[in-house]
Amino acid sequence: MSRRISPVIPGFGLTLGYTLVYLSLLVLIPLGAMFVHAAQLSWGEFWTIVSAPRVLAALKLSFGTALVAAVINGIIGTLLAWVLVRYTFPGRKIIDAMIDLPFALPTAVAGIALTALYTPNGLLGQFASELGFKIAFTPLGISLALTFVTLPFVVRTVQPVLADIPREVEEAAACLGAKPLQVFRHVLLPALLPAWLTGFALAFARGVGEYGSVIFIAGNMPMKTEILPLLIMVKLDQYDYTGATSIGVLMLVVSFVLLLLINLLQRRIETP
Amino acid sequence: MSSVTAASASANAARRGHALGRNLLIVSAWLVFALFLLLPLYVVLSEALKMGLGTFFAAIVEPDAIAALQLTLLAVAISVPLNLVFGVAAAWCVSKYEFRGKSLLVTLIDLPFSVSPVIAGLIYVLLFGAQGFFGEWLSERDIQIVFAVPGIVLATLFVTVPFVARELIPLMQEQGTQEEEAARLLGANGWQMFWHVTVPNIKWGLIYGVVLCTARAMGEFGAVSVVSGHIRGVTNTLPLHVEILYNEYNHVAAFSVASLLLALALFILLLKQWSEARLARLKSNAAEE
Repeated sequence: MSRRISPVIPGFGLTLGYTLVYLSLLVLIPLGAMFVHAAQLSWGEFWTIVSAPRVLAALKLSFGTALVAAVINGIIGTLLAWVLVRYTFPGRKIIDAMIDLPFALPTAVAGIALTALYTPNGLLGQFASELGFKIAFTPLGISLALTFVTLPFVVRTVQPVLADIPREVEEAAACLGAKPLQVFRHVLLPALLPAWLTGFALAFARGVGEYGSVIFIAGNMPMKTEILPLLIMVKLDQYDYTGATSIGVLMLVVSFVLLLLINLLQRRIETP
Repeated sequence: MSSVTAASASANAARRGHALGRNLLIVSAWLVFALFLLLPLYVVLSEALKMGLGTFFAAIVEPDAIAALQLTLLAVAISVPLNLVFGVAAAWCVSKYEFRGKSLLVTLIDLPFSVSPVIAGLIYVLLFGAQGFFGEWLSERDIQIVFAVPGIVLATLFVTVPFVARELIPLMQEQGTQEEEAARLLGANGWQMFWHVTVPNIKWGLIYGVVLCTARAMGEFGAVSVVSGHIRGVTNTLPLHVEILYNEYNHVAAFSVASLLLALALFILLLKQWSEARLARLKSNAAEE
């Protein structure tokens, strides 16, 4: 892997300089501006804003529904990856190609489609209302919308790793008397876990920040079904820039800490 | 004898169990696929066509929808080429050289993916809005960025920064530097080396990244929504137009415009599939050599 610095290949200064200037102008300086704006507040003022009941309710809802969606994706994503890699069956190519639909489809389109599907008189919502519960305009609806928009993450991270595990390893374990579940638990799981966690973390991070697909299905009731990004939007509409900025900083910090924890967990798994 | 038949019988049973499990898994994958991916598609089309083709086309060719389509295309036309050039430059310095802080740079390139789109919009409002850092300076000169087209382009640029770089970095790292070095030693200058050696090698990865970047630029909602100001016919992109129609309870029109976006998304998936297949073929050819 160690590659010497190649004096023959030109363009190091040019490309690195361009990359840094572009990133700074577009991403780093604007993001820094948000922190500078928040830094004008004292700790007490910042704390009063972010510990307001409405903010805490939105925080819990955003992270909770994103977690549920990531877990659902962890299960159905692994199922889809498994079936796509291991079996040939009618429609396999179509499913494989369509997995990426949530990334290609504008989130607003996904939002209104899922709302129409899950409202009490929608195609799927009517079954739920017969059973006596609601999907749209509840946290469950938010989780389902997030599951849709983050569906490709787990599939696409697990799929290549699964394809690289030689079948012989499992066969050997089976020949040595391992039951299918034991093979899964002791052979496949350790190999898949790092990739699975990556997919999980990506889906989770995207779910926390997601806006377009959620606002239609959420109902957006303060304290009940109001997600954090929407609360930022509400504050901006009231010209409360300080409030919006504080919530933005809170959101970035909490996501960053959670991603860091997942990263640490991943390292512990990879180095037994 | 009997132990042999018993063994083969149990092997048969295991195989049957295997086949049963296999079919069960395939059926559940199909169910998940139909429930999570096909049904939403069906809903978009059926809602759009509820009042017939006439209403459907009327919603698409209406002036506000056309203006929204033009703005969406403008945002794509500006942000995709800029991020393409950035992606190539970033992948070049990351994959062809060793330097300190490289992994930090890669993390920074990916940063926009882990920032909520609403925050992406917010930061530009803080910089260029009326109360923002440059607000006074801009208003003295009568330049409007936020709640105008430049803001929409900036927000779209931000959320699509990583796409091309992300596709190219692993690809170019795998390819190494030998071919470029050979070209240089044979007397090619920098640009000749780039156009005749690097570009053909990374072509399909490049297309793949551009396709993903285009999809996101076309469909971005949260970031654009913050900086747009929602002025019909002026600062509305197609996804925002869908939202306005939907909130006005004009559902048929909303789903009609949505199905236009759906058609674009399916076209993008086809392009992606095609570039991915070419990329895979290229890789397997390289592996054979």
